[in-house]
Amino acid sequence: MALLEIEQLNVAFGRPEAPLIAVDGVDLSIDEGEVVGVVGESGSGKSVTSLAIMGLIDPPGRVLAARLELAGRNLLTISPRARREMLGRDVAMIFQDPMTSLNPCFTVAHQLIETLRIHVGGKATERRAQALELLRQVDMPDPEHRLDAYPHQLSGGMCQRVMVAMAIACNPRLLIADEPTTALDVTIQAQLLDLLLALQQQRGMALLLISHDLGVVAQVAQRVVVMYAGQVVETGALPRIFEAPRHPYTQALLAALPENNVGRRRLQTIPGTVPGQFDRPAGCLLHPRCARAVSRCVLERPALIDGNPGSQVRCHFPLDGEAP
Amino acid sequence: MSSPTEAPSPLTEHWRHFSRNRGAVAGLAVVLMLLLLALFPGGFAPHSPIEQFREAALSPPAWEDGGSRRFLLGTDAVGRDILSRLIHGARLSLVIGLVSVSLSLSLGIVLGLISGFMRGGVETVIMRLMDILLALPSLLLAIAVVAILGPGLFNAMIAIAVVMVPHYVRLMRASVIGELGKDYVAASRIAGAGTLRLMFDTVLPNCTAPLIVQATLGFSGAILDAAALGFLGLGAQPPTPEWGSMLASALEFIQSAWWVVTFPGLAILVSVLAFNLMGDGLRDALDPKLKI
Repeated sequence: MALLEIEQLNVAFGRPEAPLIAVDGVDLSIDEGEVVGVVGESGSGKSVTSLAIMGLIDPPGRVLAARLELAGRNLLTISPRARREMLGRDVAMIFQDPMTSLNPCFTVAHQLIETLRIHVGGKATERRAQALELLRQVDMPDPEHRLDAYPHQLSGGMCQRVMVAMAIACNPRLLIADEPTTALDVTIQAQLLDLLLALQQQRGMALLLISHDLGVVAQVAQRVVVMYAGQVVETGALPRIFEAPRHPYTQALLAALPENNVGRRRLQTIPGTVPGQFDRPAGCLLHPRCARAVSRCVLERPALIDGNPGSQVRCHFPLDGEAP
Repeated sequence: MSSPTEAPSPLTEHWRHFSRNRGAVAGLAVVLMLLLLALFPGGFAPHSPIEQFREAALSPPAWEDGGSRRFLLGTDAVGRDILSRLIHGARLSLVIGLVSVSLSLSLGIVLGLISGFMRGGVETVIMRLMDILLALPSLLLAIAVVAILGPGLFNAMIAIAVVMVPHYVRLMRASVIGELGKDYVAASRIAGAGTLRLMFDTVLPNCTAPLIVQATLGFSGAILDAAALGFLGLGAQPPTPEWGSMLASALEFIQSAWWVVTFPGLAILVSVLAFNLMGDGLRDALDPKLKI
């Protein structure tokens, strides 16, 4: 059985009669030890999906799902107290902006030890040693001194390392990384990705990597989920999905990568923007932006259909897999 | 590997900003002096605050004609030494400030946290209630509370606390809402923190800077309000040497014996000014937005 199983996840905000649909019927499953990448433009529902898994959608946001199970427990019916116990222990999360993810009032040691105290226990001196060991594991330079540093005394990369240390403190089985490298510069990005991947392999934990950087996802993930306007439009194993995309949106994303535009004067782009609350089209959600759209796309919303083994695509006229 | 340069500790850094402001340091000095007087009034006051020297009633200050070295700032209508009464009054003023500020601060923090965390119905009820309190003139409201509880020093403190609560609630709620949007709060929730822990352990420490400033400024407001209540006869009762009630009992001598009215008034003025200057300096030192 998969570690995380989501079926028909819907998240909506705003008034019920005119909802903003952030996530629309998403299916997602992650096995133990698997690395799954979720890619998509801003506003395609990547982050909201992860927040819904963590139970961080507050009213007036509404979360509905046919099935939302983590490690065999139903997150839809679980009590808030049991859910809090699961958070941090079974599943942990890293955020995009490392500079605001740490509490500015407390030292690194205090925040690490607090997580350990709640979930692991043990003596105060042991916990400090554990905190130091965690900082070593995330390759923090000069960990002894950094223990007593405040977040504003650390660089963005170091803050993110502390976040990773806090996330792995309780040996979670699933780590959700929501654009963990977006706010960092490129050299640090590579280091942090290597670190995440090394920790993932050492500990055998599953990793859900959310990113809009296809290059990052291609480096680390085994399977990719492409999202658009709250829907999954294509899933499949790497590297096949990037070598032979079947959905026009995946193909367009790949075509917009700078490395696929060498020698051109301008980057290829996808015209228009992701539909919002008031301009959600009927039919295929992508049709106003799709070069291949025909009348059927305007009228009929496509379902997610199985393609090759382990891959699915949401398109009436999937591409037959030529390279972009 | 060389160890990194030690950053100055937060306290040192705040002090550096604070000490750059001369007025704030002067205010701090006066406040410290008041504190010393309040802690050891017997050591500084030449006489008891309630002893009546009938033979020397209404004697002028030492430098005036007819004044004596025995009563440096003169005596009041029943012959009590004004200097001694002022020194003993410092303790009362500080206690009034401390008690009413702590009462309203703790109530304000709790209400502000609740309304910041529970947006919607609860928040609306709390904030509209605070708006109503703010809409009433503060002294009038304090008088109404004292009228219900009965006159007396402690009831005056409660009345002042009630009047000051809305300021803290508003301030707290605004800071809480600002902090709640930050990722570290979500990170803390993800680590399994419950609502109470989020409120008091995670968010509250990040909201303290504006509260400290408001509390310091509130101190002077409390002293002023207590003096006003005392002046109206609703605060400290005679023969308690409270500055406001000293003013009130001296009112009839404002033409004939100026010193009886002037010195308590000056004492109120100087201490309120000192607290305000110190509060301003604290704000400059603690508020990161004002730092360059």
